Amino acid sequence: MVLIRTPSDIQSSEITPESVYRERRRFMQAGLAMAGGLALGPQVLQAKTGAYGNLPRSPLSTDEELTELKDVTSYNNFYEFGTGKADPAENAHTLKPSPWSISVEGECAKPGTYTLEDILKPHALEERIYRLRCVEGWSMVIPWVGFSLGDLLKRFEPTGNAKYVEFVTLEDKEQMPGQRWPILRWPYVEGLRMDEAMHPLTIMAVGLYGDVLPNQNGAPIRLVVPWKYGFKSGKSIVKIRFVEQQPVSSWMRSAPSEYGFYSNVNPEVDHPRWSQRTERRIGDFIKRKTLMFNGYADQVASLYSGMDLRKNY
Amino acid sequence: MKPWIKPVIFILCLLPLAWLIFALLTDQLGANPIEELTRETGEWTLRLLLITLCMTPLRGMFGWTWPLRVRRMLGLFAFFYVCVHLTTYIWLDQFFDWNEILRDIYKRRFITVGMLAFVLLLPLALTSTNAMMKRLGKNWKRLHQLVYVIPALGVLHFWWVVKADVRAPLVYAVILVLLLAVRTERGKAWLKRDKTAAIA
Repeated sequence: MVLIRTPSDIQSSEITPESVYRERRRFMQAGLAMAGGLALGPQVLQAKTGAYGNLPRSPLSTDEELTELKDVTSYNNFYEFGTGKADPAENAHTLKPSPWSISVEGECAKPGTYTLEDILKPHALEERIYRLRCVEGWSMVIPWVGFSLGDLLKRFEPTGNAKYVEFVTLEDKEQMPGQRWPILRWPYVEGLRMDEAMHPLTIMAVGLYGDVLPNQNGAPIRLVVPWKYGFKSGKSIVKIRFVEQQPVSSWMRSAPSEYGFYSNVNPEVDHPRWSQRTERRIGDFIKRKTLMFNGYADQVASLYSGMDLRKNY
Repeated sequence: MKPWIKPVIFILCLLPLAWLIFALLTDQLGANPIEELTRETGEWTLRLLLITLCMTPLRGMFGWTWPLRVRRMLGLFAFFYVCVHLTTYIWLDQFFDWNEILRDIYKRRFITVGMLAFVLLLPLALTSTNAMMKRLGKNWKRLHQLVYVIPALGVLHFWWVVKADVRAPLVYAVILVLLLAVRTERGKAWLKRDKTAAIA
């Protein structure tokens, strides 16, 4: 029985038209209108100008419809505040994003502890609208406020031995009550290969929707790597280490057969327990096909030329 | 049995579904309502299976007769919720993509055991009538021993779907083990001892 279809087998007629996958909200609103005799006006989905004022929009942005702010800030995976999707929004008020500092360590000429202000000073912030694909099979489109990670890393003058960069999230049971249970090895550790970290698409984000980053989204500063599954983008970063050996991330430690170092979005390589071929864009009714490297293949595929992506998952 | 017990339990069993429908229509199921609906109907299936398994020990402990009279209804509600759960998956999650569904059953162990649990529950629901009980005689009881296996498959199904936090499936596993333990000879003796202690 042949169950695997190659891309060429997919008829264009099988691809869900955009109008259909935008249906869910309207379906809900129609239901609500019937149930309560209410009618909801069309919701404004443009990025507002918040604390950061009018920022220039990076040309690397997608022009897809944004995921609603309330969904971006109420449906989160941030196990430091609980493993339910609504837990971070409920519990992250205990996080104190100011004052904040980041310790820079390892193979670089300028290690040290830098305050958040020091980190941000030389960088011009911009709006980057990126797709975000979670390993669980859902996705969002988020207008981040951030700057190039590569520009930041260059300031610390990494040495020739710096082959990888490790990112460490805050560890503090008082501020992060979810860390009282050993769900994952705390602190949360993620890592990138040096060329991935220096790639122009990779950013440090300090805000979304024109405003400061909500605690549940990784305040005050987080990584965003749009062609990898969401868990690669560490939140509430307190340490950046330049290292020679490939770091072991928290998820690799937790389930090595399920989570590899690269974790690039790849519809052809399934999670051992579920398919990665499709995803549900939050707000949509019908699932859509997942794109190679989350739709950033043109920009990043060359980073992995010659690599077996099935082995290097 | 008090005449109101059965209708009250019937309505109580419908409340979770009523809430889910209301919450779905009023956009209260969060950013990913289909995932929430799937999870909730799955958990209610498991809860009802375990509640069904509570009925015999309840009678043993307190000498009530009503638990055995509502047991069939509770089991059928578990079947009802698993049907909603499965429909959510086939319709709202996979959108009748039978190729993908077959791949899932074949490739993904949590879906394999989930489907197995459903397939095993099906004959129990179909043979739940008095006429079928009579027709099957002794075999009816043998067949319905599957009710001890099905929730175990349900717990496994839940266990394998979570990413790292197994606390919720662990709670169901512990309850199931307790409910099976009170059915052993030792468990029965313990239940009886408890009852005499309560009377004394």
